[in-house]
Amino acid sequence: MIEIKNITKVYGSAGAEKVRAVDGISFTIKDGEFVAIMGPSGSGKSTLMHILGALDTPTSGTYHLDGKDVSSLTDEELAEIRRNHIGFVFQSFNLLPRTTVLRNVSLPLMYAGVKVEEREARAKAALVSAGFNESHFLHLSNQLSGGQIQRVAIARALVNNPSLILADEPTGNLDTRTGEIVLGTFQKLNRENGSTIILITHEPDVAMHANRIIHIRDGKIVEDKINPNPTKARTDTVDKI
Amino acid sequence: MTLSDIYHETSSALRANKVRSGLTMLGIVIGISSVIALIAIGNGAQSSIQSSIQSIGSNLIIVMPGATRTPGSIVSAGRGTAQSLTNEDATAIASQVSGVVAADPEVSSNKQVTFQGTNTRTTILGTGDQYPTVRNLQIADGSYFTQNQITSLARVAVIGPTVVTDLMATGTEPVGQEIVIGGDTFTVIGVTVAKGGSGFTNQDDQIFIPLTTAQQLFTGNKYLSTISVEADNTNDMAAVQADITTLLLGRHSISNPTNADFSTINQADIAATASGITQTFTILLAAVAGISLLVGGIGIMNMMLTTVTERTREIGLRKAIGAKKSDISTQFLVEAVSLTFIGGGIGVALGILASYLVTTFGGITTSVTSSSVILAFCVSAGIGIIFGYYPARRAASLNPIEALRYE
Repeated sequence: MIEIKNITKVYGSAGAEKVRAVDGISFTIKDGEFVAIMGPSGSGKSTLMHILGALDTPTSGTYHLDGKDVSSLTDEELAEIRRNHIGFVFQSFNLLPRTTVLRNVSLPLMYAGVKVEEREARAKAALVSAGFNESHFLHLSNQLSGGQIQRVAIARALVNNPSLILADEPTGNLDTRTGEIVLGTFQKLNRENGSTIILITHEPDVAMHANRIIHIRDGKIVEDKINPNPTKARTDTVDKI
Repeated sequence: MTLSDIYHETSSALRANKVRSGLTMLGIVIGISSVIALIAIGNGAQSSIQSSIQSIGSNLIIVMPGATRTPGSIVSAGRGTAQSLTNEDATAIASQVSGVVAADPEVSSNKQVTFQGTNTRTTILGTGDQYPTVRNLQIADGSYFTQNQITSLARVAVIGPTVVTDLMATGTEPVGQEIVIGGDTFTVIGVTVAKGGSGFTNQDDQIFIPLTTAQQLFTGNKYLSTISVEADNTNDMAAVQADITTLLLGRHSISNPTNADFSTINQADIAATASGITQTFTILLAAVAGISLLVGGIGIMNMMLTTVTERTREIGLRKAIGAKKSDISTQFLVEAVSLTFIGGGIGVALGILASYLVTTFGGITTSVTSSSVILAFCVSAGIGIIFGYYPARRAASLNPIEALRYE
């Protein structure tokens, strides 16, 4: 359950011209929702993502994640929130280079202090959920294709059972077909595991895969609507990475 | 993070840039190995000087006559020239000063020595029978003269190995030969064990004859050039030295100690001076090596800063998935410390090898002490911590958003 109320983020020091990157945004996202936050570049969606991802704190307003107020935490407390409540999928540089798939996925568990024996089992389960082929578990990250990398990243985002999976332009570096596969993976996780997913994108086609679309422009919500007919990713290709 | 996690992260990071890690480590390897080798050379020099000081006797106090001063003149002929010490002084020291094991009177002169046509000029030392004890002299062949031979003014001589090689053909048995010292014939009754040179004198190029004989034939008086005193133990040396001074002042009827007609030298003082010199020398060598260690440390810092910049995105990613500041700083600090520690280990091995080679091929005594090895390890770990701290802090304090955006 995500509840943000009247969030603003102002850049620039006193005196200089201030930039209101996020200007009074409020919304609630319930557990199990698949939401796309859409807007052109410069709309403030990245800043919003940083706040939602506990990478940054808002200038004003409140942010409750699972009932916990995240808007005024210290760096170390934010790290704890990221560690235990949020899973990230980025556009690029998602995986550590020269590191096996399994180890990449176990990384959040390592920082969370999970025992070594338990990590491997959980990482394997997450990889299976993300539809990653078992025979590639010990491949190094630089031996993977773009689509495979995103699936490993999704598995890593899943591995600590987060309240929220935050995907920042996850298909931005992929061709349409592979992007489709990645979006299909998100849909499958949302449908089958009940994962809460927030997808940040500037592409309307990508946003159409979510069940709810929040439009942002100039730091404000211009539209927040339910998407009654989400585009169904072609599932026939989903399992073929 | 468990230890095995840290190990894994570190080894994969260091392996990622093998050449760079290797070259950075090389700075530490050179620094540590030169510290080890140079300290070993310094220690070797120190112990060889100490042992040559020990070879002139243990717990030794040497009493020498003072300077001669012509009455009414201020010209001094130098220490040791005065005729102020007598056999009786030596006897008195041996019998009246507590803590004295033996006191041996000596008189020295330089004479021409001949043997079957060959000749040499060397130091002729007239001594008492205690000389071998007091001065740590060992007899290789034959024996030293006895008190009876001293009393009877026997014309017998104990000669040093250098004298033997100077005078006699190889293979000649020296004991029993007759040599001529300053015109008088002496029978060789013993040869001393080689001691090697100590400082400016060659202890092997000497001939020992009974004190009484030397006084009768060569100096013509009852005065001594030295009294060698052996003290009971090292701790009492200062007290024994003071007692001797008091005794001799009394015997010579001198009330003001500054006018003493003799002087005493304590072997411990000589050893202290010598070890002071070698210590300075060792510190100098270690300082030079220390500078190369410092340069190596700066190399580590340089590499770690480059690494932090290169891996900004990785740091951002790690922070995004929940790494604490301390996780990041530990990771980078351990990387730096491992570099210096591995470098230190290789450096210690190379340093030991280098000192071994110096001993084998350079003929210089070296001694690698465990304390210098421990010191080297601590210093290399310390360098890793000091020079790794700043880059690690920098990595840990990166803003995750900035780090993720970094191109």
